[in-house]
Amino acid sequence: MRIKSFLREILAVFSIAALSCVGVANAETKVGFVYVGPIGDHGWTYRHNVGRLAVEKALGTQIKTTFVESVKEGPDSERVIRQLASTGHKVIYTTSFGFMNPTLKVAKKFPNVRFEHATGYKQSKNVGTYSARFYEGRYIAGVIAGKVSKTNKIGYVASFPIPEVVRGINAFLLGARSVNPEMIISVVWVNSWYDPGKEGDAAKALIDQGADIISQHTDSPAPLQVAENRGVKGFGQASDMIKFAPKAQLSAIVNNWDNYYVERTKAAIDGSWKSQDVWYGLKEGMVKMAPYTNMSDDVQALAKKTEEAIRSGALHPFSGPIKDQTGKIVVEAGKVADAGMLLGMNFYVEGVQGSLPK
Amino acid sequence: MSQSFRFFPKFVLEPRLEVSGQWMILSPIIAIILTLFSGIIIFSLLGKDPFLALYTFFVQPLTTMFGITELLVKGTPLVLIGVGLAIGFKANVWNIGAEGQFTMGAVFGGGTALLCQHMESILVLPLVLVLGTLGGILWGAIPAFLKTRFNANEILTSLMLSYVAVLWLSYLVHGPWRDPAGFNFPESQLFSDYAMLPILIENSRLNLGALFAILVVLAAWILMARTIIGFQLRVVGLAPRAAHYAGFKQSGLIWLSFLISGGLAGLAGIAEVSGTIGQLLPSVSPGYGFTAIIVAFLGRLHPVGVLFAGLIMALSYIGGENAQIEIGLPAAVTGLFQGILLFFLLACDVLVRYRFSHRSVLTGGRCE
Repeated sequence: MRIKSFLREILAVFSIAALSCVGVANAETKVGFVYVGPIGDHGWTYRHNVGRLAVEKALGTQIKTTFVESVKEGPDSERVIRQLASTGHKVIYTTSFGFMNPTLKVAKKFPNVRFEHATGYKQSKNVGTYSARFYEGRYIAGVIAGKVSKTNKIGYVASFPIPEVVRGINAFLLGARSVNPEMIISVVWVNSWYDPGKEGDAAKALIDQGADIISQHTDSPAPLQVAENRGVKGFGQASDMIKFAPKAQLSAIVNNWDNYYVERTKAAIDGSWKSQDVWYGLKEGMVKMAPYTNMSDDVQALAKKTEEAIRSGALHPFSGPIKDQTGKIVVEAGKVADAGMLLGMNFYVEGVQGSLPK
Repeated sequence: MSQSFRFFPKFVLEPRLEVSGQWMILSPIIAIILTLFSGIIIFSLLGKDPFLALYTFFVQPLTTMFGITELLVKGTPLVLIGVGLAIGFKANVWNIGAEGQFTMGAVFGGGTALLCQHMESILVLPLVLVLGTLGGILWGAIPAFLKTRFNANEILTSLMLSYVAVLWLSYLVHGPWRDPAGFNFPESQLFSDYAMLPILIENSRLNLGALFAILVVLAAWILMARTIIGFQLRVVGLAPRAAHYAGFKQSGLIWLSFLISGGLAGLAGIAEVSGTIGQLLPSVSPGYGFTAIIVAFLGRLHPVGVLFAGLIMALSYIGGENAQIEIGLPAAVTGLFQGILLFFLLACDVLVRYRFSHRSVLTGGRCE
């Protein structure tokens, strides 16, 4: 009798295990992505979508992905995020800063759904945040610009004066001044992440004012295309934009979310997912540089050397002494800017023209 | 006005002697039906089951309580602004700057909410709403003043003031009103609960703002149909010279139109900020002020029509999101649908007002 019941128990355990295996195999995990721009912006959103495709490729039939593009930051995003959460999506990536509070609001109502918010600073039990140290790439771009520029003037097409963008401008100039102390930056704010018309006009105005290097912190290739047409140089934004500017692109700071998305989606499926705050750079491969093109061999070599130094940790783009616009030392010689200063950066370093909109 | 237009060598479009009121009302409905037919063709070309696509776009959002409440949330600002604009448009007062008045409503009301952050009193909310509405009224008063005093074109002044308002809000949240604990990101603090509009249905975002919209529709209806002021507004729009001879004060009506439409846009702005957003952001409107112009015309400039038009417009947005999530349609389909709808509406209107006639020689314009 005892053996019989023992066998029966074993049988029961096995059949439950078998059933649940079948269950797992059938139930694909739904993964949602919320984009601020169109997937065809060839910049920010385009790269997030490449990350989504990487998840599909890596996890195949285990998952099914959904995306919603061109979602306005504000009330619309809350509805879209909630719609994804209530239609069975188990992991939701919200890929713009403005989705922060909407993501947290929805996350409160769906404790079993994992949320990943890009570039924000608020976490909760089921909301993790991630961002990349784009400023590392900006510094390398600055070094190249300092070597290539003849007018010593960089034109910078910027979106919104948030810390991430200000950090990029400063890193770019620090890089440029590390090889050419005469370099200056003029900034035009277009108050948009994606507005090809405005971005292009801003680039034209900057070139008319004597800039011979165009850098951008907006998502379309328009500024780079203007640089190509006007015979000056520039850098791609978020993705390799060489096909839009074969003669003008010096390099591009490429956002690479692929590994992160695959890893985090896997973690959500196997249950090891935990809320975290991630800020990866060149070292972890979240920031990559597109091939160094349209420059002499020694500039190329210098760029590669700089990239390697940042990757290995030998060089920090924000190493002292750093002066702000008034000439006050904000980072002492021998020190590097701390995380608080980097995350909340709201001053221009010496050499940036104009004043920071506040 | 009534001129014949050359269309094809042998066809001319000429105005109908009498425009049928019945057909003017039917025209938007026909336009919607034609849009749906075009939808079937477009979805088939995209390789989707057209009926499933139309279902996910226009019906499925209405099958859940959440969907319905979201429809009302999205429609509220469109209806509030649209009703105000329709009153002005009836009187030939072209307020194109509702986007700015909406934003100023958010600035004044939201600013009040931030000032009263630590006041725990039920009086905070009414104060916020009144000041928000006042913000819209003030911003609407500027083009009214410029029009009545200097005869400046109100289309231009009101439109340009929109950009001023949007940049002003952007300045405030990037600077003085920035959340001190927010790492310098351009967002205000979250409002306290005392400054938030109460939620009408548990576990949804449907708030008191929707009720305001319905009340405003009723009030505007009574104003336009039952009061002497409504009569004056309509006469000024239809026959300005007759209104002049009747002794109606045109400048007074311009002021009134701007104050009403500005005030309602301001109310919509503060209702959006203290109803659904809960804080001030660099941009608080995805273009509601401009979309509401379409809503006003789609609704035939009638308050009840505007109510339906606002809901249809809202449905096109929500349906677009739903279609992306459910069947992977591109976001551009939403804009495409709205464009097709407008195209058909204008085309239907032309055919209601004009008719084709065979003529080998143009007879030229006919005078009234």
